[in-house]
Amino acid sequence: MLQGISNEAFVLGCSAIGAGLAMIAGLGPGIGQGIAAAKGAEAVGRQPEAQGDITRTMLLGQAVAETTGIYSLVIAIILLFVQPLLAGL
Amino acid sequence: MDLLIQLGGREIAIHDSIFNVVVVTILLIIFAIIVNKKIKEASIDDEPSTFLIIVELLVEGIQGLVKSTMGEHNLGFTPYIFTLLIFLAASNLFGLTGLTPPTSDYSVTISLALITFVLSQYWNYKNSGGLKGYLKGYTEPLVILTPLNVIGDLANPVSLSFRLFGNIMGGGIIMALIYNALGYFAPVVAAPLHIYFDIFSGLLQAFIFTMLTMIFIGGAEE
Repeated sequence: MLQGISNEAFVLGCSAIGAGLAMIAGLGPGIGQGIAAAKGAEAVGRQPEAQGDITRTMLLGQAVAETTGIYSLVIAIILLFVQPLLAGL
Repeated sequence: MDLLIQLGGREIAIHDSIFNVVVVTILLIIFAIIVNKKIKEASIDDEPSTFLIIVELLVEGIQGLVKSTMGEHNLGFTPYIFTLLIFLAASNLFGLTGLTPPTSDYSVTISLALITFVLSQYWNYKNSGGLKGYLKGYTEPLVILTPLNVIGDLANPVSLSFRLFGNIMGGGIIMALIYNALGYFAPVVAAPLHIYFDIFSGLLQAFIFTMLTMIFIGGAEE
């Protein structure tokens, strides 16, 4: 089945699958940011006068929680555009 | 779009994102010169112009932010923080012109993050009282945890730079995919996405980078 496929094509295909698998990590930050936004909305409902501070803290926390998702994005970008695995052929 | 420079028979390619850093810097210098001139020309008797009121509001806002996150004795950092904020905001919004935003190059974001890292380490060194106190800070609360403390410190610039780079680069890649996929219909769909990826995400990431810089530098002195 794999006979008609060149080495480069195989590595490129596997890189694309790896990039797709890496982006599964996007699940975690999504859930985390949703929880942070829910808590932020709760806090604004309880204390509407502190909305500015709550929004700032929420956005900062969400940005830090996003880091793992960004790492996976960087790995996917490197797999797709830099193609380091091709150098090993 | 790479710029090629001949230097002693050797060709040096300069990426357009690096070139755009210089463009953004020159634009900001021109902006600063204009503001400087207008403030010198303004007199106390006249009503200040709208432009000056906006600039004053920005400066006062940043001063309040620095005061609330880093404390009153660190107000000297306000020029650096404000410069960082407007540089990042301008370079993230640069993508709206259709050119490469400077922050979609990793070398730009890692250099900005290294400035923050060196600043925070310097303040840590200065405030912990010499080399002994500085090194002792890493062995807290247990000596076994020293590698974790060192890795935790080294991870800061990496995560700081990758966050900005990944957001801007990812937004750019998604926009390029949409332009390629939709063809003639792209301008209809692309406008709201530009508002999200370029304006909202760009300004938010600029704000977050400066906020984290303030927190790292402010946290280093305790």
